[in-house]
Amino acid sequence: MLRKGFAIAALGLAFIGSPTLAATTQEEPKAVHWSFEGPLGKFDQAQLQRGYKVYREVCSACHSMNLMSFRNLGQKGGPFYDPEFKNPNDNPYVKSIAKDYQIDDIDSETGDVVKRPGTSADKFPNPFPNEAAARASNGGALPPDLSDMAKAREGGPAYIYSILTGYEEAPKGMTVPSGKQYNPYMPGDMSGFWSLDPNKVPVGGFIAMPPPLAPDKVSFDDGTKSTVEQQAKDVTAFLTWASDPKTEERKSFGLAAMIYLLIFSGLLYASYRRIWANIAH
Amino acid sequence: MASTVVGATPEHHTGGEDPNRRDFIHIAATVAALGAVGGLAWPFIDQMNPAADTLALASVEFDLSKVELGQQVVIKWRGKPLFIRHRTGKEIASAIKDNHADLRDPQTDEERHKAGKAEWLVLIGTCTHLGCVPTFGGGDYGGWFCPCHGSHYDTSGRIRKGPAPKNLAVPDYTFLSDSKVKVG
Amino acid sequence: MSGHSNYEPKSGFEKWLDVRLPIIRLGYDSIVDFPTPKNLNYWYTFGGILAVCLGIQIVTGIILAMHYVAHVDMAFASVEHIMRDVNYGWLVRYMHANGASMFFLAVYVHMFRGLYYGSYKAPREVLWLLGCVIYMLMIITAFMGYVLPWGQMSFHGAVVITNLIGAIPVIGPAITTWLWGGFAVDDPTLNRFFSLHYLLPFMIAGVVGLHIWALHVPGNNNPTGVNVKSKEDTVPFHPYYTVKDGFAISVFLLMYAAFVFFNPNALGDAVNYVPANPLVTPAHIVPEWYLLPFYAILRAVPDKLMGVVFMGGAIAMLFLLPWLDTSKVRSMRYRPTAKLYFFIFVIVTMILGYCGGQLPDNKIIPGLTTFQVAASDLNSVVWLSRLATAYYFAYFLIILPVLGLTETPLPQPESISEPVLSHPANAPAGAAASPEKRG
Repeated sequence: MLRKGFAIAALGLAFIGSPTLAATTQEEPKAVHWSFEGPLGKFDQAQLQRGYKVYREVCSACHSMNLMSFRNLGQKGGPFYDPEFKNPNDNPYVKSIAKDYQIDDIDSETGDVVKRPGTSADKFPNPFPNEAAARASNGGALPPDLSDMAKAREGGPAYIYSILTGYEEAPKGMTVPSGKQYNPYMPGDMSGFWSLDPNKVPVGGFIAMPPPLAPDKVSFDDGTKSTVEQQAKDVTAFLTWASDPKTEERKSFGLAAMIYLLIFSGLLYASYRRIWANIAH
Repeated sequence: MASTVVGATPEHHTGGEDPNRRDFIHIAATVAALGAVGGLAWPFIDQMNPAADTLALASVEFDLSKVELGQQVVIKWRGKPLFIRHRTGKEIASAIKDNHADLRDPQTDEERHKAGKAEWLVLIGTCTHLGCVPTFGGGDYGGWFCPCHGSHYDTSGRIRKGPAPKNLAVPDYTFLSDSKVKVG
Repeated sequence: MSGHSNYEPKSGFEKWLDVRLPIIRLGYDSIVDFPTPKNLNYWYTFGGILAVCLGIQIVTGIILAMHYVAHVDMAFASVEHIMRDVNYGWLVRYMHANGASMFFLAVYVHMFRGLYYGSYKAPREVLWLLGCVIYMLMIITAFMGYVLPWGQMSFHGAVVITNLIGAIPVIGPAITTWLWGGFAVDDPTLNRFFSLHYLLPFMIAGVVGLHIWALHVPGNNNPTGVNVKSKEDTVPFHPYYTVKDGFAISVFLLMYAAFVFFNPNALGDAVNYVPANPLVTPAHIVPEWYLLPFYAILRAVPDKLMGVVFMGGAIAMLFLLPWLDTSKVRSMRYRPTAKLYFFIFVIVTMILGYCGGQLPDNKIIPGLTTFQVAASDLNSVVWLSRLATAYYFAYFLIILPVLGLTETPLPQPESISEPVLSHPANAPAGAAASPEKRG
């Protein structure tokens, strides 16, 4: 009977879990294997370091990451975590990264707006002073904040990777508005831009971001070959980590909790069987 | 009453079952339940401790050149006032003179500043009585005076008179250069 | 609560307290000695599971409120601060967010169980009504709680739901403005939702107290629906049902933990991790899964006001149920026809849930265009939800009232112990009638 309960619950969840179809269409994200998949998956620290470099040298020119501080880079599970410095604020590498940035501050004596070198407590600086400036520099489109990117998009890491590597020449018969790119992995509705057979409208949408990556655009310190796929994969791993920096702590806590609950359930079942042993029911 | 000896409730027994073994399961299950509650209690308690962003701001750097001789600057550190006092020679001398006076919390002036930096006194600016902020230069000893309950501190921040039990606390700090300190 | 009490104060303190405030007696009578039918199956453990759910939501909610900031500029960031910086904040927040889903999952099982075994029938009507009140309070609480993270779905969900009230003739718009505290969902709305979201769970806890009181007066229903006849039919609640409920709770927590630790965002919408932007509506507005059936009913009706009326009516049906079902037989074990309609009803609610998550014009069978009926293709989600909505109301308004008068129920056992004693062949001709013996 319990089995049936689970079957019903699973059925219910299957309904709920089925992808909700929108009026927009898009290509299924590419299947990629990630080291952080599954209950036991962990982030590859070298990959996170490369990914941070891609973010820093490419993405951060336009995209903010308002929820991230430099100290996060040195916390447990982060790209520059060093077991010698449990407190990420003391991590010398993180400090040196932060110092490279000039942060807006107010001089406590004069009240003037000044620039000072960053500290590990500072947030990643925003490339634009405000939203209007960000739009003005990007043809009217606002580059989204990347802090939560892997949580905030259906498909998560696979979606990010697919967008970054999925730029295509627009098919013949499609009018691409100026300042836009066609990307089949971007959700969109192409029917208004399609001049051929209306039953064969291509899937995908327009994206304002030009293809950001190119071979050897970022040189990796560990000698990894800098292909577009590699850069995309690494920056996706970094963004996935940044979206939920406590992932590894969560999974290891969860594993212990599940094992404990399993044993607990077993003990309770044994106790239950004994207590009910002489009751006919 | 009081007859809860192990196995004294025969109606719960199945034939030939060892009562000790039967009770063990129930005890183990109960202990496991308490363990689960206890295990979950810690995260629920620990969440009230300072969060990572609060800890990140736990140290401040300060440029001493902003403090005039004979003055003090108050900055906020960990949500509390921090006194950074640039002492005059006279104030230092009076603090040293009293090193062996009848002190409630005996400490020499040398123990309260960094070696060779007698002119700089860095103190946590909360009265050790009940946490008010003492006023600069007040009181009978020229150090600080707490307006709440009348504690007098000398120019070394030692308690001399009034209800406070301890000297003004000295935080952990280091000189990064001649004119720069890092507190925390 | 049950009248007769077997409690005997042992220590001097217990005797002293018992004549002043018999609180130990109350606890003893209601959760230790309380005579409970001995044939309750696992479907009956969901009451205990729900109590645990409410407890978890209240405890984690109080903790979240210590860190949350109810301000439009800071709410989103404060939730992320909880997840990123507060010690174990990720655990507390994911427990609370997934806890809401678990709470509704459990309450739906609990309600379907009540429907199946006729637990709403005399003398348990008040017990059932109090349960309906709890369910309504849960919906309101969950909706307001969903607004608090101030993501895109939070904001636009709040806009859509509060605008529903505007459908009420004459006074609707005024009520909507009053609810908002402005001319749109904004900071005042967020603040009052936070205040009420904190208050309502304690009201739920209060009604749960009444619910348990109303349970302990007539005593538990049971899978046979036959009244308790003698002491033979019951066992004391402790240890028999504390251990059985405990086991079920532990298994339920395993599933809950699997979501919290390994797939914490699976039941939520990704769009809600985008901060609220009043100028752009997400492509597809959907409520959380547990409200999808009502959302489907709302959209199945082409008129704004009537949609709201039908949605409210769907809940009103639950309140009227004790007087709509005309059958004297409680348990559907002995009502084979009613049982069939019941299982169709369960599937229909799931279909409604499915429809609520789809766009109305989506096709049921992909690529097939049939003919237009009432401006919509027959092969579309909107028509499926119309049919399902029709069944939903027919189940309460036609099937249950008529069936009670026309059907021939199977013979019921004399007492709870009777089918137990003739195990496993069970009641006469009823081998297939006990649901837990199949599958």
